[in-house]
Amino acid sequence: LAPWVPVVGLEIHAQISSNSKLFSGSQVQFAAPPNSLVSFFDASLPGTLPVLNRRCVEAAVMTGLALNCSINKKSLFDRKHYFYADLPAGYQITQQRVPIAVNGSLSYSLCIDNKMSQMVTKTVRIKQIQLEQDSGKSLHDDTRSQTLVDLNRAGVGLMEVVMEPDMCCGEEAAAAVRELQLILQTLGSSQAVMAEGQLRVDANVSVHHPGEPYGVRTEVKNINSLRFLAKAVDYEIQRQIEELENGGAILNETRAFDSKLGCTVPMRDKEGKQDYRFMPEPNLPPLVLYDTKSLPANVNHQQVVNIDWIHERLPDLPSVKRAKLVEQYGILPEHSFALLNEDGLTEFFEHVVKQTEMKPKKVIGWILNVLLSYLKQHSLTVKESPVSSFLLADLLNLLEKKEISSTAAKQVFAELWKGEGKTPLEIVKEKKLELIQDQTELEQICQAVIDRQENEVIMMVLG
Amino acid sequence: QVVTVEVLDHLEQLALVDFRDAEGVERLKKAIQFADQLHEVNTEGVEPMDSVLEDRCLYLREDDVTEGNCTSELLKNAREKVEEYFVAPPGNIPLPKLEERETFLKGS
Repeated sequence: LAPWVPVVGLEIHAQISSNSKLFSGSQVQFAAPPNSLVSFFDASLPGTLPVLNRRCVEAAVMTGLALNCSINKKSLFDRKHYFYADLPAGYQITQQRVPIAVNGSLSYSLCIDNKMSQMVTKTVRIKQIQLEQDSGKSLHDDTRSQTLVDLNRAGVGLMEVVMEPDMCCGEEAAAAVRELQLILQTLGSSQAVMAEGQLRVDANVSVHHPGEPYGVRTEVKNINSLRFLAKAVDYEIQRQIEELENGGAILNETRAFDSKLGCTVPMRDKEGKQDYRFMPEPNLPPLVLYDTKSLPANVNHQQVVNIDWIHERLPDLPSVKRAKLVEQYGILPEHSFALLNEDGLTEFFEHVVKQTEMKPKKVIGWILNVLLSYLKQHSLTVKESPVSSFLLADLLNLLEKKEISSTAAKQVFAELWKGEGKTPLEIVKEKKLELIQDQTELEQICQAVIDRQENEVIMMVLG
Repeated sequence: QVVTVEVLDHLEQLALVDFRDAEGVERLKKAIQFADQLHEVNTEGVEPMDSVLEDRCLYLREDDVTEGNCTSELLKNAREKVEEYFVAPPGNIPLPKLEERETFLKGS
């Protein structure tokens, strides 16, 4: 059987973290009373016009710069037409012809064979980033055969990030999205919480034989976690391979991921090819961005977005943060990945290091193997940890000074986890876990053991 | 260029317009002919203009919350509502198939 080459591309919609919407002044907020965060424009009442929110433009520029894109100094808005109850205008304002940023790249890392010690870096090309409106939300009531529509989300700003089909499996797709998520959260341009719908991923999947042209692709939607993303992509790759090997054909269709069944199914309401009848948005002039060179004199700064100004204020991206951690603390690259992967863990680690004499290379073991596993077992975030960085540093100091053994330290940690307010020293004294340092005392104990177990000692000496 | 039955059907589905009868289709053909006159203009080397606003400044708004909170006003327009939700049919109601539509090209 000839080998198959799976090809995976992604379209990611990230909700922009802003106070108000992309083209109107209504509030952006998760979970509010239905239709309470809706302006006349969002409801598409006649006579209303879009007014662009500067914060959304800045968020898109930041994200474009972080993803090594070329920022288009002039970008355009278009209308994408289709009919659906949660799209009151009958069209979405997007950037189809000339988006705000193009031709970038994202580097991400994978563990080979699930071994953290063997990490490989991959790159995926970013085709473009465009600004567009989110739609409202439909709640399907099948019993009464109706749909309830809440427009609170309608008009919220989105950045659509299009990743070229450079990925080959679910693991790569999930890793790329995870890194994007971390970048967006570091920039603050999106909070990118998948569970709250702030980051939505559609996967484009196809398979072909090496050397042959790309196969027909399907689009997989309704994926709301990184785990499901990997599963959905891998399932779809397998489904397509099986279909083709059985002599079938792949339809260019949209499929939904069913998380309960772990499979993809064709979506209704998406039959046939959509014709979106793209046209320029007649109510919005081109979006013009400036840099320090092109900035006109005597300009109203509120009316201008300066790309260089934004570039100078970009925070350290995750890849830079990781490199700095490795350099500063002498930890391994995979440790830096683990630190950044958990919200607040890096700060916790750095606080402990500051308050203890134990070398960072040893502290990291306690952070990743002890603290993190306790947190995972109890489903707690770093912020919710009953053991503070202060207490852990205290404990590690006892260990470093050889006042307790490593085993005893783990016992103390378990006690500290109970959050009863005792200090490590108090627990050590209470449970008599102190290491005996006195040479004479140690000799006495050893001799007593040897005396008690004479037979075993003779056996050992005889070999 | 021929305006075929398939094209008309496609347009009716996309834009929810109803060409109704042969006269309507004829009017469409004339409109297309009229617009086609644009092809007579030589536009070689000329950047397309897609908006009369292209020289205008795009106004940028501050990110402040200034609107919303008018649920009851918005719902006044709704024919049906359920607890402050707008009510819509369960999905897009598919248009009847080409062969079934009565009004389509009546008398054409």
